[in-house]
Amino acid sequence: MKGKKICRTIATVVIIAGSLALLQRLLTPKYTDGIIEGALIAEYYGEEKDHDVIFIGDCEVYENFSPAVLWEEYGINSYIRGSAQQLIWQSYYLLEDTLRYETPKVVVFNVLSMQYDEPQKEAYNRMTLEGMKWSLSKVKSIYASMTSKEKFEDYLFPILRYHSRWSELNEADLKNMFETPKVSHNGYYMRVDAKAAENIPEPRPLGDYQFGKNAYLYLDKMVKLCEEKGIQLILIKAPSLYPHWYDQWEVQMEEYAEAHGLLYYNFLECIDEIGLDFQTDTYDAGLHLNLSGAEKLSTYFGRLLAEETAVTDRRSEAELERRWQQKLAAYEEEKRQQYIQYGIK
Amino acid sequence: MLFTSYEFLEFLLILFLLYYLLPGRWQWKLLLAAGFVFYFYAGPVYCVYILVTILTTWFAGRRIEAERDKRDIWLKEHKEGLSKEEKKSIKAKIKHRTWIWTLCCLLFNLGILAVVKYTNFVIANLNGLLKAVGSGRPFDFLNIIVPLGISFYTFQSMGYIIDVYRGTVEAEKNPFRFALFVSFFPQLIQGPISRFGDLKKTLFEEHPFDKQTVALGLQRILWGFFKKLVIADRIVAGVNTLIHDADAYRGAYVFVGMLFYALELYADFTGGIDITIGIAQTLGIKVTENFNRPYFSKNIKEYWNRWHITMGSWFTDYIFYPISVCKPMLKLSKFSRNHLGEVVGKRVPVYLSSFVVWFATGIWHGASWNFIVWGLGNWLVIMVSQELEPLYQKFHDTFPVRGKFAFRLFQVVRTVLLMSCLRMFDCYRDVPLTFRMFGSMFSEGNWNILWNGALLKIGLSAVDYFVLLIGLMLLITVSLIQRKGSVREKIGRLPYWGRFALWYGLFLTVLLTGAYGVGYDSSQFIYNQF
Repeated sequence: MKGKKICRTIATVVIIAGSLALLQRLLTPKYTDGIIEGALIAEYYGEEKDHDVIFIGDCEVYENFSPAVLWEEYGINSYIRGSAQQLIWQSYYLLEDTLRYETPKVVVFNVLSMQYDEPQKEAYNRMTLEGMKWSLSKVKSIYASMTSKEKFEDYLFPILRYHSRWSELNEADLKNMFETPKVSHNGYYMRVDAKAAENIPEPRPLGDYQFGKNAYLYLDKMVKLCEEKGIQLILIKAPSLYPHWYDQWEVQMEEYAEAHGLLYYNFLECIDEIGLDFQTDTYDAGLHLNLSGAEKLSTYFGRLLAEETAVTDRRSEAELERRWQQKLAAYEEEKRQQYIQYGIK
Repeated sequence: MLFTSYEFLEFLLILFLLYYLLPGRWQWKLLLAAGFVFYFYAGPVYCVYILVTILTTWFAGRRIEAERDKRDIWLKEHKEGLSKEEKKSIKAKIKHRTWIWTLCCLLFNLGILAVVKYTNFVIANLNGLLKAVGSGRPFDFLNIIVPLGISFYTFQSMGYIIDVYRGTVEAEKNPFRFALFVSFFPQLIQGPISRFGDLKKTLFEEHPFDKQTVALGLQRILWGFFKKLVIADRIVAGVNTLIHDADAYRGAYVFVGMLFYALELYADFTGGIDITIGIAQTLGIKVTENFNRPYFSKNIKEYWNRWHITMGSWFTDYIFYPISVCKPMLKLSKFSRNHLGEVVGKRVPVYLSSFVVWFATGIWHGASWNFIVWGLGNWLVIMVSQELEPLYQKFHDTFPVRGKFAFRLFQVVRTVLLMSCLRMFDCYRDVPLTFRMFGSMFSEGNWNILWNGALLKIGLSAVDYFVLLIGLMLLITVSLIQRKGSVREKIGRLPYWGRFALWYGLFLTVLLTGAYGVGYDSSQFIYNQF
């Protein structure tokens, strides 16, 4: 009798835990079509973690740099840990998270997110935070990022957040319940189409151009963390024409880099040198580069990395080369498919 | 801390663990601490108000008891040498003194309630008068914080002091135990309004962990969550659309809004009370039931015996009866019988007492005219139906439909519609607007909105309607089964996997179809505002 009761209790617990886990998997967005940016962060964990360069930042890194080009042209093994509107504290904690697995020679941080000093939007938070594996860094990142309406419990048990998605489930939710296909190329989000930058909105004057205390706090933490780990931190401003990068912001970044002995590249100042043409090298009128633009920028930045940092050409490493050949094949295949999709010859 | 918030559930979990892990003698002390943590979380300043009510009421209760003890001792000591008249006079003197303590306590605490809740209402009316006569500068409104649940805990405390005065309960000696009675957190903000004599039976006892009791409590909580999250918090979007832009939604929309609000209020309030009673049950404490399937009532009078039962009985016991038997009312009764005849005369005191009760019921719900008109509307309907009783009797003598299913259904539908109409005052919170909207139901003629898809544009999607329909069907089914006893007990008699399937199914329904979290505005329980 007692044994029967124990078996029944175990069966009950298994049914409850199992069904809730399955439901959670089913209801949580997979980001495999449409807004695929939400899948970028999680993809990192399936990688071999011996990268020399890690890019950290928002869309200005995951859409503007191509690790495939860096490998092909310079033998630099790199990965982008970026997501949509990734705030600076999210970047910091993502860096902390990355350093749990590997210690790259160089970390490249895009400084656009210095403009934000407070949590912004739940949807973006979700895309950045949900993909992270559970760690203290993730917990801290969640607490630093939550808007007033968000609750930690919703991150802990995503089914609480996505419980109402049952009415909008589609075939992809079922198909990708346990395994999602890769959507990026070492964190790079490829787009081959082009939309010329013609009507860039005039910059709005701001009430205060000073970056916030919180933003500086996390930048300082990032500098300190890299110092402790012996990593070279490079600050960059990607050559996106919009949102506007104000001169006042530029001055602050230059001063910060100088004060901390960091390399700082504002690629907006060398658009011609890079060879970017915003008639053909952007897919959304200047916000982000398309494949053509990203490859040009990667070629340019790869040379700087090779010349200015301790990063070496690793193409002679057979195992790494083999892995990259597979990645490059996937890269070329997606290029081909996108060219067909967008009717580009 | 909203009952449906994660914080509250976490608070409850911690409390529950501590409650059953600590020695039994600590349990009530833990509940007292929990009550104040809960109330402090709502607003630290609120604690001052509730503490004042606790201390003054406890002290007055003790003084009343002390006067009586003094009287008893004195009478015992002087038993032999006193005449009957002397004894009577001493008793009257002491009774007067206890009445003074009671009155002071009532005036002081009801005064607090009146000041915090009704000052701005009085100012608004004074300003209205000043404006009407075209003179004077209007008075500024006061920035007064209305403590959460003040109407509930004040009424509960005042019920206690009257009971002590009447001698139906003994005054509590321990101020902390009395504090727990007033601040017992599950019922602190929306009732039920418990009586000390009822609640103390289980409140201060030691409660060893009992699987069966805890399971029943959890089931009741889950059912409350279903009503609140799946029905009330889902339909509220539609109700708000229809109310907030009232002039854009006239005619048939008003009818729809009226029924939606009735459903929202029912699910919200009974759901909240289910959670309250369920929490108390998991802690081994028995709280008085507050509802008995009110929408199955045959008339409004019966409805009020089955809706918010503890409030109704509070008003009956502490307002209706005392007024009915007070000296001026007895004089009036005599006067009216003499001058208006037996038939009319005997009605005057009853109608007057019920008028006062319904006025008080209305204003208890909120400091505005819509609540007063709503209260008096109920009074009017009850009085009219009472007066029409002979006519009903004649009808039933001619047509023996009483007891027939169709007639019972007609009575139930009539009650639902009548109550829903009256609730419009509560819903629109503006008396002229309510009358205008009510009138528009008969003048607009836009009944095609019921089937032309217009109802999909009021903040409720097809999915919402689907969930609401299923929810409503479940509510009705459960209410029908309840006629023949407790549903939980019936489920409890099923085999294990049958019970599991039902309760886990309900849990998943709440989890998946509940309107909570980001994307939904978590609405406060409606009765928290009273």
